[in-house]
This record gives sequence, C-alpha cells and structure tokens, in this order.
Amino acid sequence: MMRLAKEYFADQRDDDLKQLGVGLQRSDVPGHVTGKTTYFADRNFPRMLHLKMVRSPHHHARIRSIDTSEAEKHPGVARVLTHKDVPHNVYTILILIQVGPEDEQVLAADKVRWKGEAVVAVLADSERAANEAAAKVKVDYEVLPAVFDMDEALAPGAPLVNEYHGNNYYTYDSGSHRKVRFGDVEQGFAQADFVLEETYRSSPIEQAPTETTGCIAVPEGNDRFTCYTNTQAMFFTLDNTSIILQMPGHKLHFVGGTVGGGFGGKVDVTVEPIAILAAKLTGRPVSFIYTREEEMQISSPRAAEKIVIKDGVMKDGRIVARYVKGYTDAGAYSRHSPYGAQKGAAHYPGPYTIPNVWADTYCVYTNRTPSSAMRGFGVTIADFALEVQMDKLARLISMDPLEFRFINAYRDGDMKAHRQPTEGAALIECMQEASKAANWPVAEKFLKMSSYKET
Amino acid sequence: MAIRRGRGVAAVNYPTGMNLGGDPSQALVHSTPTGNFMVTLSSVDLGQGLKQIMAQICAETIGVSADQVTIDTADTDTGPHCMGTFASRGTHRIGNAVIQAATEAKQVMLEVAADELEVNASDLETDGAGNIHVKGAPQKSISIFDTALAAHFKRGRSISGRGMFLIPRSFPEVETGAMKPSTCYAHACTVAEVDVDDETGEVTVVSVKNVFEIGRALNPKMVEQQLVGGSWMGISHALYETTEPYYPNRDHRGIDFNQYLMPGPGDLAETEIVVLERPAADGPYGAKGPGEMCANPQIPALANAIFDAVGVRIDHLPITPERVLRALKAQRAA
Repeated sequence: MMRLAKEYFADQRDDDLKQLGVGLQRSDVPGHVTGKTTYFADRNFPRMLHLKMVRSPHHHARIRSIDTSEAEKHPGVARVLTHKDVPHNVYTILILIQVGPEDEQVLAADKVRWKGEAVVAVLADSERAANEAAAKVKVDYEVLPAVFDMDEALAPGAPLVNEYHGNNYYTYDSGSHRKVRFGDVEQGFAQADFVLEETYRSSPIEQAPTETTGCIAVPEGNDRFTCYTNTQAMFFTLDNTSIILQMPGHKLHFVGGTVGGGFGGKVDVTVEPIAILAAKLTGRPVSFIYTREEEMQISSPRAAEKIVIKDGVMKDGRIVARYVKGYTDAGAYSRHSPYGAQKGAAHYPGPYTIPNVWADTYCVYTNRTPSSAMRGFGVTIADFALEVQMDKLARLISMDPLEFRFINAYRDGDMKAHRQPTEGAALIECMQEASKAANWPVAEKFLKMSSYKET
Repeated sequence: MAIRRGRGVAAVNYPTGMNLGGDPSQALVHSTPTGNFMVTLSSVDLGQGLKQIMAQICAETIGVSADQVTIDTADTDTGPHCMGTFASRGTHRIGNAVIQAATEAKQVMLEVAADELEVNASDLETDGAGNIHVKGAPQKSISIFDTALAAHFKRGRSISGRGMFLIPRSFPEVETGAMKPSTCYAHACTVAEVDVDDETGEVTVVSVKNVFEIGRALNPKMVEQQLVGGSWMGISHALYETTEPYYPNRDHRGIDFNQYLMPGPGDLAETEIVVLERPAADGPYGAKGPGEMCANPQIPALANAIFDAVGVRIDHLPITPERVLRALKAQRAA
C-alpha cells in the first residue's frame, strides 16, 4: 500500500541508518491489541467520587441565582461545587504564553455564554447518584439574545458574547485581525487578466477520539495531588491548573501514559483543575470523565470557518495577486483560537509563490461551544479553500489543474508572503510523482522541473 | 439519472511545530548498569507511536538496538518539560532533544570505553550491535554491557545526557505579518477519484492516490499507519463529519457515533501512498512532521473530483449528499 520513492532527493540523503528507516514493530502494539495497555481510567481507588457537571441549557443567559440545597441532600452526594469554590475562577489557557485576556469561568458565576457551559459540579459515590443530584440543582436564568453567525456577530448592534474582550473578535496587537501584507495587491489585481472572488465555509468538526477526555485526581498523604490524565500536554495542563487553583506547582503530580487518541481535542484544560479542587475539598479521589455526548458537544471542536479568497490570474497561469479574509468561529471563549487564526494568516499563499498578498484573519466570538485545536489547526480548512480555488482558477483560464499548480509552485529561495525564504521545497516533486501514480499526464517541461534553486 | 465519475487534484504544504507560541522540549538519557538505555520525557504518546520512534532515535544515536531503549514518559515528577504533543511537533522537536541527550550520554560511554581499552575516545565508534571498537580495528573492542558495568562499578561515571530543543518564539510583525511560524514544511499531492450518484447526491470515493514528502521516514511501517489513517480522516472530513450539520443553525447536533457520521469499513477507498524524502536541515535524521498534513489534501481533491463528475461546486464542508443534491437541483433549474 505504501511505496518509498527513493529516486527523489537521493543526493540529499545518506541512506546509512541502522535503527531508523526500518519498519520495526512498535513495542506498545501487543499491549494495545491484547487489551493490556493501561489507560488513565483503568485505575480504581477506594472511596472514589464521580463528578458530574450541571450545564447551561441556554446559549446565552444571565444567572440570577444558584440553589444547590436539594442536590446536597441527595443520597450519596459528598459535595457540590460552585464558582465560589474556585480560587482563580476566570482563566484562559494561553495566558502561559502571555496571550490574554482571561475570558472564561471555570464554573459560571454571573453569565453563561454557550449551551453546555459548566455551572455546578456535583460529587457523589456513584455516577448515578451524581447525575440524579445534578438534576436537582436549580439555576435561575434570564435568557439573553444569542448570536450564532460570524457575520451577524461582527455587525454593529450584535449581542456582545464575551465582556472580557469587549468586542465579538479577538484583539491582536495588529487590531481586530492578524495582517499579512506583501507586495502591492491592488496593482496585482490591476494587471491581472482575470479576477476571481469566492467564499468557502466549513462546519465544526469533532476530534472523535476513541477515549473521551477525563482524569482521576487523588489526594496523597504528603499533601500533594496525583492527577492521572489523558491530556496531550502534561506541563501545560499542570501549570494552568496551578494558576486556577492558586496551588504551587510542586503540590501537583501529573501522570499520563498512552492516550486513546487526541487529534487536538485534549489540549484544553477542562477537567483537571475542577477534579483536583474536588479532591482537595473532599479529601477523596475524584473521577471526572466526559460522556460521549460531552465529548461530541461540550469538548471543543474544530472551528467553523469562513474564508473569502480573491485572486488575480494571468492567461499564462501565473497568480499575480491574492486577497484573503479568514474568519474562525471561536465560539464563546478564546481557548486556542487566537493562535489558530493567526497561524492561518501565514498559510494563505499555500505552497505557491505569489508576488502580491493581502491576508486578514479574524478570531470571532459567537454563542456556541468554544472551538479549539484540531489536527491541522489553522490550516486544514484553509487548504480546502485554497485548493478548490486553484481548481476554479485553472478552469477559468482553460488550463489543466495540475499544470496550473506547477506554474505557481514555490521553489527553494522564493520569498513567502510572511517574509520567510522557502527552504526544503518538495511540492513539485510530489506533483510529478502524483502525475505518474495517478496517470495524470502533464507536459514534459513540468516533469523536468525541480524544487532546487537554479545555480 | 446516472453514476458519474470524476477526479480531482490538490497539493498542499504543512508547517512543522508551533513557533508562534515558543516550542521547547527536553529529554534525559541514562544507561542502566548493564548498558540498556532509559529515555525520560514528559511527552504524551497519543497512540501514534511516539515512544517507539524516540526509542529508535536514541538507539540510532548511541549505536544500540532499539529494543535496548526504554521510554519513560508522561510523568511530571520525573520527566523534563515538553510543550505537548500537537502541531506535528512530536517527532521533530522531541526527536531533536533525544538526539542531543543521547549524544551527550554516548560521549561519556565512549570515554569510559576508551579508558578500558586504553585508547582515545575520539578513535572509537559503535557498531550498532552492542559493541564499541576502534575505528578501522574492529577486533579492538568492548561491549556496551561491559562499558556500562565499568562506568557504574569501576570508573564512577554516569553515562547520561541532557537534551533540549527550542525554537524561540516568533512574534508576528504588526503591520506586515512577517513571522516564522515553523521551521520546515512537509508536502503532499493527492489525486482522488469519485463516483457521484446524481439521483441521490451520494459520493463514493473510488480511490485516493497520495504522494507525501515527509523529510525522512524514520519507521516506514509507522509512517504508513499514520498516512493511511490520515487519508481516511481527510475523506471523513470532506464528506461526513460535523457536530453541527446545519451550521450556523444549532439543530441536529450529533451526540454519539450513530448520529455523528464517519466512513465505515465498507466505505474505504482504494488508498495508495507514495513517500518522498527530502531531509529537513533541522530535522532529527531529516524528519519533518507529517501527522496533521496527511489528512488535508484529500478534502479539496474530493471537492474538485465531485465538480469534475457532476459540474457542481460545494464550497461548504462537509459535502453531504443533501448539499450535492441541492446543488444539482439548482444546476438543473438554471
């Protein structure tokens, strides 16, 4: 099924490796296929409590009051937590790399901004008791107007989703959007034989790992807490937990292991802080594991995006100008979205050399499940838009779509729009091999091209 | 009404790592008394096989077999910092840290072996099979087993090393957007072939032919595993998956795998993978990160193939039968 095409770039490799370049069997595979691999949830502890979250039934609402008295009396309930129990309740995970502001509440205090937002945590001896008690929590809401569409969110007079930002978009040091400016895009359009502007959209996508997000927090005899977790980033999660709980890092011991799939869905710090807090306040081990429904609708999906691309192209196939506006639907909170949106800004020329580029990328807030990282963060949907646009441009000028890409492909030394010279290019060779593998003929001159800089 | 065949192409590149956030990872390597090696990390294996690749990288660097290397990872009490497993960074960033740590450990090992053999350490090399010998004189040798014993019980040396790989954070320039979001790029080109039923809007993926350039295939079997899986995920993104099918409307949200659709075994396309290797200048033995990229080119290739088959453009993912059918209806009405 897979073939290594060693004839390409042979001059750049010494194929003399001994332990690498060989298909050794993975040492962990026998454990996986015989069910012996240990995952975090395989552990059980005496007196372990189960945490269930009471979540907002509204897309946007003010919280008038929270009444947990009936839930607390429910048989088997050990403790009920609200925002008052969380030492540093307003947080944002990228604060660790100085990307603020803190814009999200661990447990909602005054408002909920998406349907599913965590409001009250119930801890009980069994999952059943926790679920039954959660149903007895009374939250009095004043429902507010919600906004779901990015265009509506950015229009004047739209309901404000997130007061910590003040606008329905993330504010970068460059303003309401991340900018890439390269060459003179207006002059490029003026010189173009054709101009094509198209809009592309995507809906949110779930990372869909086999194992749902979760952790087990255990209070230890030495006043430390061990957290068995399936996070994709141990210290990132530990350090954020330390901030939220105002607990020194040395009190925390995080243990991971094999994770049952991540795909970006396990980089938000959503279960560990509250589970450790619960373990601290009850003195008992606490298990907090998302149900499949929570994994699908509560845990952050890949953002929906809207991408507008306007290209100027010459009859001979050269793209001379590209103008892009990219919108990332972050949902109600930032999480990793400001990062993904700006990563996209650098990506928009794709693997092509375009002399005039203008790109604006926006991170937009709406009243939906916060989106965050997913495999191909900031790039996957951009690639969909860019490569469908390339197909349309080729047909517009009656050129073969593959040959059209050869004409524009970047090569070593070409300057990219974000002002980095191209190094290690290999697009041309991939397309040459695809032409052969798929029996998609292209002109001989394209098969003779190379990504190497001419000398 | 008919089944119509079409094909489409897409070509992409993909950045390795996350320079826009700063990108550090560390590794520690030490030998046991009998010359096995422990690599200590805090990196997370998501099931993709990170531990196996790190064992092979350490083994290659030191000159032992991969099964003599054990990976101890994902424990914050023992493992040094790792930014995390995402952004196609694992093999590249952590691999480089392991190389640095293993190189330092190897240097101590060679110094101990040199003392035992009464030669200069710079004259020694490993044979990749558990022995250290004088370059050009393989008969003058000592096993790594004996070398480690000597280090522990006779010479009082710690055969160990520290590794660190850091890409300093790139801050985008405010007005121009000048930035360095990654260090190297993987590449791909995919040709997809589809059958579209113009009565139902249903799309059957006949074949996907993927060419990936990934720097270096450090373990070709694992590369195949990741690239085939990624290709499947790309098809799934293109034609099936969403948590909100009528976005921005929030109705009909899937809550389990009965409602959230993905292609099943019967929907698998004929998948062909060709791998090219142009080593990255800063990659561990030339490797780049293909983990995310490999799920991307199928999406536009399929969209383009559907247009080639029936002449409609679906510019909103996922390309469901409903959307294809509505577009065909609009096309016929026009």
